[in-house]
Parts: sequence; structure tokens; C-alpha cells
Amino acid sequence: MFKKILATTALAVGLAGAAFADDKTKVGFVYVGPINDGGWTQGHDHGRLELEKHFGDKVETVFVENVPEGPDAERVMTQMALTGTDIIFTTSFGFMDPTLNVAAKFPDVKFEHATGYKSAENVATYSARFYEGRAIQGTIAGRMTKSNIIGYIGSVPIPEVVRGINSAFIHAKKVNPDVEFKVIWIYEWMNPAKEADAAKALLEQGADVILQHTDSTAPLAAAKEAGAIGFGQASDMYDFAPAPRVSSIIDNWAPYYIERTQAVMDGTWETVNTWDGISTGMVGIGEITDAVPADVKAEALALKDAIVAGTYHPFTGPLNKQDGTPFLAEGEVADDGTLAGMNFYVEGLTGEVPQ
Amino acid sequence: MISLVKRPQPSKTWVVATPILAVIVTMILGGLLFAAMGKDPFVAIRTIFWDPLFNPDFAAYSRPQLLVKAAPLILIAIGLSLGFKAGIWNIGAEGQYIIGAITGASVGLAFYPMEAWYIFPLMVIAGALGGFLWGLIPALCKTKFNAPEILVSLMLVYFAEQIMISVSLGALRNPEGNGFPGSRNLAQYASSANPELIAGTGAHWGVMAAFAAVVAAYVLLSKHMLGFQIRVTGESTRAAGFAGINANRLIIFCLGTSGALAGLAGLFEVTGPAGQITTSFNTGYGFTAIIVAFLGRLNPIGILLAGLLLALTFIGGELAQFMLSLPSASIQVFQGMLLMTLLAMDIFVNYKVVWRKKEAV
Amino acid sequence: MDLGSISLVAFFASLMVASTPILLAALGEMITERAGVLNLGVEGMMIIGAICGFAVAVESGSAVMGFIGAAVGGALLSMLFALLTQFLYATQVPSGLALTLVGVGLASFIGQPYVGESPPAVAKMAIPVLEHIPFFGPAMFQHDAMVYISILLTIAIWAFLKFTRGGLILRAVGENHDAAHALGYKVRLVRVMAIGFGGALAGLGGAYISLIRVPQWTDGITAGIGWIALAIVVFASWKPGRVLFGAYLFGGLTALQLNLQAANVPLLLVLPYLVMLSGVIFLAIAVAAGSWKKTLDVKPTLKTFAQFIGTGLVLLLIGVLTNYASGLDLLLLSSAPFVATIVVLVVISARSKGASNGPAMLGKIFQAH
Repeated sequence: MFKKILATTALAVGLAGAAFADDKTKVGFVYVGPINDGGWTQGHDHGRLELEKHFGDKVETVFVENVPEGPDAERVMTQMALTGTDIIFTTSFGFMDPTLNVAAKFPDVKFEHATGYKSAENVATYSARFYEGRAIQGTIAGRMTKSNIIGYIGSVPIPEVVRGINSAFIHAKKVNPDVEFKVIWIYEWMNPAKEADAAKALLEQGADVILQHTDSTAPLAAAKEAGAIGFGQASDMYDFAPAPRVSSIIDNWAPYYIERTQAVMDGTWETVNTWDGISTGMVGIGEITDAVPADVKAEALALKDAIVAGTYHPFTGPLNKQDGTPFLAEGEVADDGTLAGMNFYVEGLTGEVPQ
Repeated sequence: MISLVKRPQPSKTWVVATPILAVIVTMILGGLLFAAMGKDPFVAIRTIFWDPLFNPDFAAYSRPQLLVKAAPLILIAIGLSLGFKAGIWNIGAEGQYIIGAITGASVGLAFYPMEAWYIFPLMVIAGALGGFLWGLIPALCKTKFNAPEILVSLMLVYFAEQIMISVSLGALRNPEGNGFPGSRNLAQYASSANPELIAGTGAHWGVMAAFAAVVAAYVLLSKHMLGFQIRVTGESTRAAGFAGINANRLIIFCLGTSGALAGLAGLFEVTGPAGQITTSFNTGYGFTAIIVAFLGRLNPIGILLAGLLLALTFIGGELAQFMLSLPSASIQVFQGMLLMTLLAMDIFVNYKVVWRKKEAV
Repeated sequence: MDLGSISLVAFFASLMVASTPILLAALGEMITERAGVLNLGVEGMMIIGAICGFAVAVESGSAVMGFIGAAVGGALLSMLFALLTQFLYATQVPSGLALTLVGVGLASFIGQPYVGESPPAVAKMAIPVLEHIPFFGPAMFQHDAMVYISILLTIAIWAFLKFTRGGLILRAVGENHDAAHALGYKVRLVRVMAIGFGGALAGLGGAYISLIRVPQWTDGITAGIGWIALAIVVFASWKPGRVLFGAYLFGGLTALQLNLQAANVPLLLVLPYLVMLSGVIFLAIAVAAGSWKKTLDVKPTLKTFAQFIGTGLVLLLIGVLTNYASGLDLLLLSSAPFVATIVVLVVISARSKGASNGPAMLGKIFQAH
């Protein structure tokens, strides 16, 4: 009863907040896709399950899947906040403005928005430096290709995807100057049938390595049939190892979720702008299989070690933009601001970033 | 032996009774479904249908949200119902909704950052006009070439989606958007914003427009010649021909009007709740509105109630997801069952069920 | 820009694979519609077929069993539609929409344990002798069995409609159910069977996606293909051969746009020539058919030919004027299959001179008295 009165009062004072006196920490997740999409959303939900495992009875997690970006997201977040959720993770770029809107109404609830660039006192942002993993994929791809044609399935042309293409290309080119990239954009994060068709089109045009920024295993299945190789995306996709899947980029959000929830429990939570890579484990590199020759594997792992150690940054000059204008001078490293908003190709890539 | 006798006229009682019965039957079927999934059916039904309206913790918030969610559904469904009544199948309202949002938003963005009172009205006109023209395409294909409007309008949805992606990446892209696709936020630009008119009610201009559309459709259908023509054509094309009704004009009117209303819904959504055109701006209102139209018996008042009911299942469905961990698919099945049950019960409206001796058959 | 990198053989082979699910579903729907029933639930039946096929194949370890399961699943779901429309006299359009809603939701339920599973592989079945024909061999005769089955089905359905008594009854029911009833045919039974057949074929089409084309199970895997199949039926004026053509045209445009993207060729650079080429092919076919049947309508034929060429020239001009702007090209590329469907729908409807050549009773409710 007391709870109810408290809540009604909170509503009366203009949705001031609904932090109930509860011993359990309630953690909410808002997902853009279904939890069994095998990719992005499943990765986050895996993080949620790990969080439950880690804290046991001390946490309660709730989630809503298939939430369209826009007003529906705003409503879901508000309802979560109203029902006593302490911290809410919103896991799609399109949830950015809704997250900030809701956060402004609930100053006592903590919000964490994935992949965005706007934060507030109670809104932190977090994202992963997947381009570090792309550098390793590019190296393996550049060494492994015999046709010197690498196919790349792009999803939605946002900076993260463009960054990934650039990073993979730079490193493929580094180990194999003759390499050429063919890019197909499908404008969706996941559409298995379209991904399969795109992979086939790339393979037919001579690609023998497929990189993908889409979430389904369809491109791997196509690569398998054609005797080409590919990489797992978002999850390990180990079913396709040792070939065609020769390695993978794994989204590993669990450590971050555990850390941030702990901070809420300890009362030490504050807004941050996290952009972690391989070093903290947020970006996992799946086992490089024996389909990759030992020297190539060693080279890829050395690159990984250098990135982890911080001695090497995948975007290090000299680099030019596609049109030939200078991007980074010799030895210069791209700053995070430039990377975060990257929507141009580097020199040597053909085609255009769709706009 | 049960036998069906066609009623000379649809039963007025059953017209009203069947939707209510359908909701009850669906609740029972849904309850069984939830029970089969290991959830307490009573809690599930309460969470979906009761909590959004009366839960003391959050109903004060979710009640107004009902209007926000229902408004585009009602606005679109009213337009669709006119055509459906006359046997004109516009199932491409989703595309008209998208185009209305794009044309309306384009006008607003063309003025940015200038502030003026007339910008929003201009956007409203542009939105309605965009939807109208998009709806006119299947209409003209039908009247000039006899191409089936049901498929042309549907194909135009996919085309509109591609246009939406294209403008989110190109023409309407926010130059200050950090490299991300999507337009500027219209809700944060005073001259184009469509905010809540009375704080705490959820009522924005779209809600007002939806209510206005209900009234206008009611008057049109019951008092106006055009409404009569629509009804006659729906009952029999031949009779309509005898009555001297110009079928082509009716097609253009119905598709154009439903297009304009869907365009308006898109415009009010993009300027208010959604805020911006993105690559995933549309969320299926145009398709859900078809259910709303039928659930509401193609009657304006019915549609108003059906829109609110569907909105309730959406909002309650979200609650059920995070409070009871019901998967989102169960809500979809639930909505499908609701429509199916209602359609199944239509038999009572048009037929009398009688007992007869076998010989009589 | 690298047009030469597109291999025609490979392109044609992938076109056949991309078109097969559309073809199967459209054939099924065509039979349903020929019986006078409009079932808009194809998408729902397809996705139920996709998951039933997937689940059965995974559990039994046999893709053949999977396809059987898919057909059964699709047919079972379609019975819900049959119950509504044939026994409870519900309106067909909303009933079909409701079927899709239920199908998509149910599939998601059934599919939950199967996410991440791999189905048994389906072997390629090269046709002896034929597979060695240059070009046509690798393009057409080195596919999985379902591709051939879909083509055989097209022929079988054509023969069934044209030559058999069953086909005659089916058409009679679709053209005039009262007359068919008066002649003693069981209208309702025929329609229920047609609906079930449509469901089974939609199920097969769905399973082709989840077992062969992708192969994987995820929510929403059919991604709107069922709706395309519906459009193809009208596009084909309810004729099996044209359904095949329509499905391949759509699959071809889908494959083409991906290939052009990969080769970095603007669509506007090749589209005008493709349109003009189609005009030439049309003229050739019309002349050949005309001289065979000894009736050639010279004027309308030349007019259509001129329309093709004119459209091609306009497109050429647009390309030159916009300098192949990438934004416009992106839009054209991705919407080409849908726009082409609309254009063909319009052209075909216009050519039939106002009279729809669809079954006269399409969508109408029949009640025996």
C-alpha cells in the first residue's frame, strides 16, 4: 500500500521518479529486434542472462523485444521507469532521442544508450570498437584471398558500418596491395534471404572471402557452398567452423552490464561515454581456425596484441580519403570524434557511401 | 440439424454484440494460450486489458498514451473504411502514411530554421496532399487501366519504403546528425512541432484530427449523397450502375481520401511522437488500421472504439512482455485471433441459425 | 565500374534459386484464386511452412521430410482460412490478413527452440547429359531438386487446368459458382481443396527459403515474399506459364540489383538498354507467335514495341541528365522489382481492355441454397 501511495505521489509531482525502496536492483532492456535474432539483439540478451547469472537474486531483469524506434520506444522506457526499474539499457541507435526524453522525466533512473552520441546526467552511452576486429578480419582476408576480390555485405550505412569497411580495407590492402573490395548494401540489419542473395552475387563476381555486417548466418552458408571463407558476426557462429567461418567478431556486453549494474547497487553510477574494444573484452575475436595458415594466424594475433596493448591504432596515417584528399598524416591517429561520425570511404575503395 | 438462413438485413443487435463477444472469446482463447505457456491467464489478461487503464502505478501515464497510439490507427482506418464499404481495397495505407510524412516533413525542413506560424499548417497540407497523390496512383491505375488497386497499392508500400530510406540517407538527412541517417528532429523545431495540446492528455493535433475524421465520416455516411453511393456500390456494383453512380469517381474519391488521411496520420506522427524521418520510420500503422477498420465494422464509431482497443492490446502487450515475460509474438497471435474470431462471428450478423428437421434441408 | 565481372551463367543460376519460393507460393495461390477464392494469407502460410519444414528437417534429419512437413503445415494453417470463408462465410480479404498475422506470430512461437540450428544439407542434383550443355547446363541443370519440382509443377498445373476434368471443374467453380453448383459440383469441397493446395505450396515455398536458400531459421524469414507472390498471380493473369515468367522476372530483378551493386554499375546505365532489349524480344515473340497462328495485329504490336523503345530512351535521358547520381540510382535499384511489378500489372490490365481476366467469382462468397 505504501508503495502505491509513493508511486501515485511520484506521478502527481510530474513523474518525478519511481525508485521504490526495494532490495532487488531492477534492470530493464529495450531491444529493437527479437531476442532470438541470432545477432545484435541476441548478443545483448546474452549479456542480460549473464547479468542474472552473476548477481542471482540480487537483480531482477525485464525486457521488451521488437520495439520500433520512435514513440513506442519512449513509451516502453517510461513504463519501465514507472514500474520501478533502476537502470535501463536501450540497445539501438534509433532509441537515442526517446532515451533522452524519458531520462529527463526520471532523474533518479539511470539510462544507458548503446551506439549513440547524446548523453545527459543520467544517460550514459556505450559502444564497441568493432573496427578493431575488422582490422584483424581485413588482415586475414587480404592474406587468404586468391582472387584478390573481397566481398563485403553492408547493412545500414551508419558510421559504424562505414568505419568497419574502411578498417577492413586498410588492413587487407596493407598485406595485399592488389586487393579489391566489392560492397553490397542491403539497408537492413538482418534479412536472411537478401543476405544470401547478396553473398551469392559477390561470390559469383569472383569474391572468395565474404565479410558481413549483417546478422544472419546466410552469407556463411553461401560461402560454404562456394568454397569461400567468411567470418562470424555478432555471435561466434562456430557451427560453420573451421571453414567457411575462420574467425569472428563477437559482441560481448556482459562485462559492461555487470559493471554498470554493480555501480547502481553501490551508488557510484555516473554518466560515462564508454567506447571499448578488444582490450576490455567488449569486442571478442573468435578463435582463428586451422583453415588459416599458421603464419597468417600469427600475423593476425600479433595485430590483435598490438591493438590490445595500445601500441597500434587501426586508423593510423598516412591515409587519404577516397577522393584523394589527405585524411591522416604519416603517423597521425584518427581522433574518436572523426571516427564516430565517419561517413566517407578511404582511398582505394570503389563505389560511394550511399547518401 | 443446424441450418443457416440468410437474414434479409444484417441484424442490428448482432452487429453490436459480435465485437464484444469476439473480445470475450479471444480473451478466453488467449487465456488458454497463455496458460499453455505456463503463465497465469488471469494475470495476463489483467495486465493487457486492465493495467494500462487502471493500474494505480502507471495508468495515469498509459491512458493518454492510448490516444497517441490509437490516433493514427483511427485516422487511417476511417479512410480505409470508406473504400472497403464500396469494395475498393486499399491495403497500401502504410505507403500513403510514409509519403505523407515525407512530403510534410520536407516542407517543414525547407523552412528550417525560420520560425513562423504558417509553417505547421503548410506541412499539414503538404502531408495530406502527399498521401492523397500516393493514393491516387492505384486509383488512376484502376480507372484508366483496370489494374487491381489491392496489389498496386501494396507494391507502392515497398516503393514508399525505398523512398523513405533514400531521403533518410540523402535529401532530408540531418547535416548535424553525426553521420547517421535520418532527418532533423521536427518535434524539437518549434514551428513544425506537434506537441501535446493539453498537458497530460496525450492529445496532439493528430488525435484531434482523428476525432474530426470520425465525426466527418459519420455525417458523410449517414447524411450525404456520397455516403449513400458508397453503400450502394458496396452492396452491388450492378445496382450502383442502375442508380447512375459513377464508379470511377467513387474509386478516385475513396482512394484519394484514404490516402490523404493516411498522409495526415504520417505527418502528425513525424512532427510529434516520432519526431524524425528515419530508415525505419514506419511501424505498420497502415496495416494494423485494416484490422481496426474491420473490427470497427467499417462504422466510424466502431472504428473509434476498435482503434482504442487495438492500442490497448499494444500497450498492454508491452506491459505483459516485461512484467510477465510473454514473448512479443504472443501479442501478434492474440491480435490475429481477435480479428479471426470477429470474422467468424459475422455469420450471426448475416444469418439466422435455426434448427430444422433433416427433411427440410 | 566493372560490368564484365557479372557472370551471366551464375546470374541466371542464382535467379532461379531466388525465384523458386515466389514461384511455388504463386502457383498455389493461383490455383486458389482460379477456384474463386482470394487468400491474402500467403505470407502467413509461407512462414509457417518455413518453420514447420525447418523443424521437421532438423528433428528427422531429412530435408525431404522437412518439405513434406512444410506442405502439411501450410495446408493446415490454410484450413483456418477455409473454415472462416467457406463455412462461416466471412469476408475473404480480412480473413487472409488475419491468417498472416496468426501465421507470423505462431511461426515465431514454434521457432523459438530452432534458432541457431542448422538443417540437413540439400544436395544438388545435376541432370545427366543436360548439365553439360554449355551455358544452359550450369545455369539451369545443376540445381537442387526443388527447383526442378517447381518447374514440373508449373507444367503439371498448366496441363491440369487445360486438359483434365478436375481442371475444368475448378475453373467452373471459379467462373460461376451458382452454375457449377447447379451442375452438381461440390463448390465448397473444391474450394477447400484449392485453399489447402495453395497452403501446401506456400508452405513449400517458405521451406525453400529456410532449408535451401538461406538456410537458417529466424523470425520473419520470409520478409514479404508472400505478398510478392500474390502480386505475381495477377501480373500473370492467372496463367501458369506467366506465373513462371513473373516469378523469374522478379527474382531476376532482385539478383540484378545486387549484382549491379557489387559490380558498382549504376542501374541507369544499363536499364535503358535492358528495356529496349525487352522491346526487341517482345517484337520477336509477337512476330513468331503471329506467323504461327497466322494472325498478327501489326498496329498494337508496333505500338507496344515503340513504347518499350520510348521508355528506354527516356530512361537514357534521365541517366545522362542526372549524371547517374548515386542517390537516385540507389532508389531505382532497390525499388526496381516493385515498380516493375506495378508497370507490368498496369500494362497487362490495360491490354486486356478493361475486362479483368481474373476468375469472375474471385473473392465472392458462395452459399448453397
